[in-house]
Amino acid sequence: MALLEVTNLGISFGGLQAVSGFRLSVESGHLYGLIGPNGAGKTTAFNMLTGMYVPDEGNITLDGVDITGKTPEFISKAGIARTFQNIRLFKRMSVLDNVKVGMHNKVTYGMWHGIFRDGVFRSREKEMDQKAMELLDVFGIADKADYVASQLPYGEQRKLEICRALASEPKLLLLDEPAAGMNPNETLELRETVRKVRDDFGIAILLIEHDMKFVMGICEEITVLEYGKIIAHGDPETVSNDPRVIAAYLGGDDD
Amino acid sequence: MAGNNQKKRKKSTKTYILSFALILGFWVVIEILGHMGLLSSKMLGLLIPICAYAIMAVSLNLVVGFLGELSLGHAAFMLAGATAGVVFYNGAGLNMPQIPRVIITLIIGAAAAGIFGVIVGVPVLRFSGDYLAIVTLAFCQILKNVLSTTYLGVDSKGIHLALDQSAFRLEPGAKPLIKGAQPISGINKISPDMMISFTVGIALLILTVTFVLNLMNSRAGRAITAIRDDEIAAKSIGINLTRYKLMAFISSAVFAGLAGVIYVLNLSTLDFKKYDYNLSINVLVMVVLGGMGNVPGSIIAAAVLTLLPELLRDFSQYRMFIYSIVLIVIMLFTQAPAFVQLRHRLMAMIRPKKSMPEETVEKADGSYFAAQADRKEDE
Amino acid sequence: MQFLGYLISGISLGSVYALIALGYTMVYGIAKMLNFAHGDVIMVGGYMVYFTFCSRGWHPLLAVLFAMAVCTLLGITIERVAYRPLRSAPSLAVLITAIGVSFLLQNSAMLLWKSDPKSFTSIISMDPISIAGGQLSIPAETIVTIVVSVIIMIVLLWFVNKTRIGHAMKAVSEDRGAAQLMGINVNGIISLTFAIGSSLAAVAGALLLSSYPTLVPTTGAMPGIKAFVAAVFGGIGSIPGAFLGGVLLGVIENLSKAYISTQLSDAIVFLVLIIVLLVKPTGLLGKKIAVKV
Repeated sequence: MALLEVTNLGISFGGLQAVSGFRLSVESGHLYGLIGPNGAGKTTAFNMLTGMYVPDEGNITLDGVDITGKTPEFISKAGIARTFQNIRLFKRMSVLDNVKVGMHNKVTYGMWHGIFRDGVFRSREKEMDQKAMELLDVFGIADKADYVASQLPYGEQRKLEICRALASEPKLLLLDEPAAGMNPNETLELRETVRKVRDDFGIAILLIEHDMKFVMGICEEITVLEYGKIIAHGDPETVSNDPRVIAAYLGGDDD
Repeated sequence: MAGNNQKKRKKSTKTYILSFALILGFWVVIEILGHMGLLSSKMLGLLIPICAYAIMAVSLNLVVGFLGELSLGHAAFMLAGATAGVVFYNGAGLNMPQIPRVIITLIIGAAAAGIFGVIVGVPVLRFSGDYLAIVTLAFCQILKNVLSTTYLGVDSKGIHLALDQSAFRLEPGAKPLIKGAQPISGINKISPDMMISFTVGIALLILTVTFVLNLMNSRAGRAITAIRDDEIAAKSIGINLTRYKLMAFISSAVFAGLAGVIYVLNLSTLDFKKYDYNLSINVLVMVVLGGMGNVPGSIIAAAVLTLLPELLRDFSQYRMFIYSIVLIVIMLFTQAPAFVQLRHRLMAMIRPKKSMPEETVEKADGSYFAAQADRKEDE
Repeated sequence: MQFLGYLISGISLGSVYALIALGYTMVYGIAKMLNFAHGDVIMVGGYMVYFTFCSRGWHPLLAVLFAMAVCTLLGITIERVAYRPLRSAPSLAVLITAIGVSFLLQNSAMLLWKSDPKSFTSIISMDPISIAGGQLSIPAETIVTIVVSVIIMIVLLWFVNKTRIGHAMKAVSEDRGAAQLMGINVNGIISLTFAIGSSLAAVAGALLLSSYPTLVPTTGAMPGIKAFVAAVFGGIGSIPGAFLGGVLLGVIENLSKAYISTQLSDAIVFLVLIIVLLVKPTGLLGKKIAVKV
């Protein structure tokens, strides 16, 4: 059975059907792309997968667990982590603390251990520091652990957000337009990072991206959405030759 | 890597050292001056209020500075703690030896404030921003109002509680504990020796500061600050928003309750009318002037703002006038973008080497994101 | 019949709250700030009417116009000096400054006019109106307050919805940046909003003191808080909401004073506010704002 199994997922907002009949099957260790013109419902699909929105219909199963309409907390614990289109870091916290917050449900201890700063507190904090520094090291930003998150340059903020998501040790990582706002060099570097994450952590990655070169270059399987419906699905070559996809992309959307 | 960790530890350690040095330094200076008999009775009378307001400010900072939610009802928790404490202190605790009596009073005050914190927090924390502010203010007014119409007393037949004077009858000789809008007076001080009471106040302040700093430097504290910085991201990471918001809110209430107990035991009277939104606002002003999320700052601001009106008492008619102008001018100088930029330019001129002092961060961040937005639009 | 009397005087008190709440709600809608000092502008308006009408015997209408002019000027000055420099500062900083301005107004009044209560003479010199064959006598102030408030409300709605400047105000409240790009003078619109709110506060002050004739430097504080509650109650940012919230608040307050408990009336008002917000978190007529993920 696949890691993530989505069937017939749909949601509407005040009569507008934002997504319908969305389905997806994701295997561990693979890279998936979700593309489509603006307003096609890509982020909405992400929001349903992560529990931000409750779908009107359909089913989502992660590793055999039904997560349809569950809270973001439940889904995060079940093993889905995400990044956001418009970077959502904890801006006033240090880079290190951002990653440590990501471990919230992985390395735990009760409030009173923290108040009394006992042995449990110290050993867990040490464990967190170590893990967080290792993660930051993978992304080459370990030397900036003490910076306040908003001090990082844009590209590194994107990296930190991925770092934070990985800190929750997810089975599936959702990246919402990770290359948005990046220059070609940064994009190239990001491509390597994403690949590396997949290889080193052995998790599944599903990403939304507008940069076609980026998607075609790294994704093994691509799903194309238009007006909330899947219009094509397959490997990069199949998708890029699909007449409906070409029509959708040449059909006036210049983004 | 190790070096980085060291530096990071240094930063939080600095806050600890600064806070405790400040409190202990204040305690030592006052003890010395007190035993030399150099403190005026006016100054002696201000010692406990300074401790109480410092506890209020540090605990409110937990909600306003660390959780990032605006509460205008902090006085209510002080009042809840003070009232419950006094009812015990003058009631069941009346004939107890003083030390256990004070300790139990403090515990009861803290517990009552905590319970009121749960009652207020559970419905209120669904709101945010200005709505949270108005609803906390509403709860504060309700508590003050209801207590002002409450009659409570004990006689041989048991406890009598009424919301109306006419329904309230005690046996002759029995003393009522709460008499409606009438202030409760004749509350014994913690100790006839002001220096001992002051030490109790300092001990409670240390307790509060230790709790708040330890909480904020732990897993729970990180969750609380994460919620402040970005609720949606915090949610996506699996943080239970309600749990941590309530944790901050209730902890804050508990310490306000403690502050209420020592404040009222020092004052000897409890007048419900005084615990209104004006008091909440005064504490809020301390938090803002001391710096959001800045614990030593809250302590200093509380001490200065408690002393200031008294020091200005010689200009008694002008003191609140001066206070209000000082408040506006400070806000303009520290918060207006035009002034902030000017200050940073001056700072940069003084120490050009030190890269990015923490204060510039938010500014840099704002302009950075604006630049990003422009970039996106160009595409 | 008695009930009707309480109801009418409740509506009258509520109309005053509504006038004050309009100032809160318009400033909130357009400048996105809570002008905590708004209640104290009422007090200043009250003193202006007191010195011109009660002490010098000016014509009441002239006295009210004078008070409106002074308050308008005051409102514009406060915005210009204290709030405008903080426009892009954190909202809490603006709130604290507004609190500072409120203290400043109260204490200036204390210095200038002393804290002893002044007794205000009603600006309305008509006889009480008796209805139902003399079973119920309603003070003229009550009726005039309601009528004046309704007229102001209608004029304001017309102004905001039908005039060019009104449209500009709406544009600024929707999106300040876009409005600026469209060539709207945002600073001018914000000043105008403060001017309108403050002049309404002067009217509210004169009407309030005609029914409750004790004038002290803190006169504006409690009605200010209540009106703020009314604005939130009705849905902050909404003009009809402020009116509805104000009137309902006045009625609830008066009826609970009459039938439940004088002392508990404030608690009841605030309790109703909490319940309304729990059921409808944006207030009675407020718009729902969705947070984009």
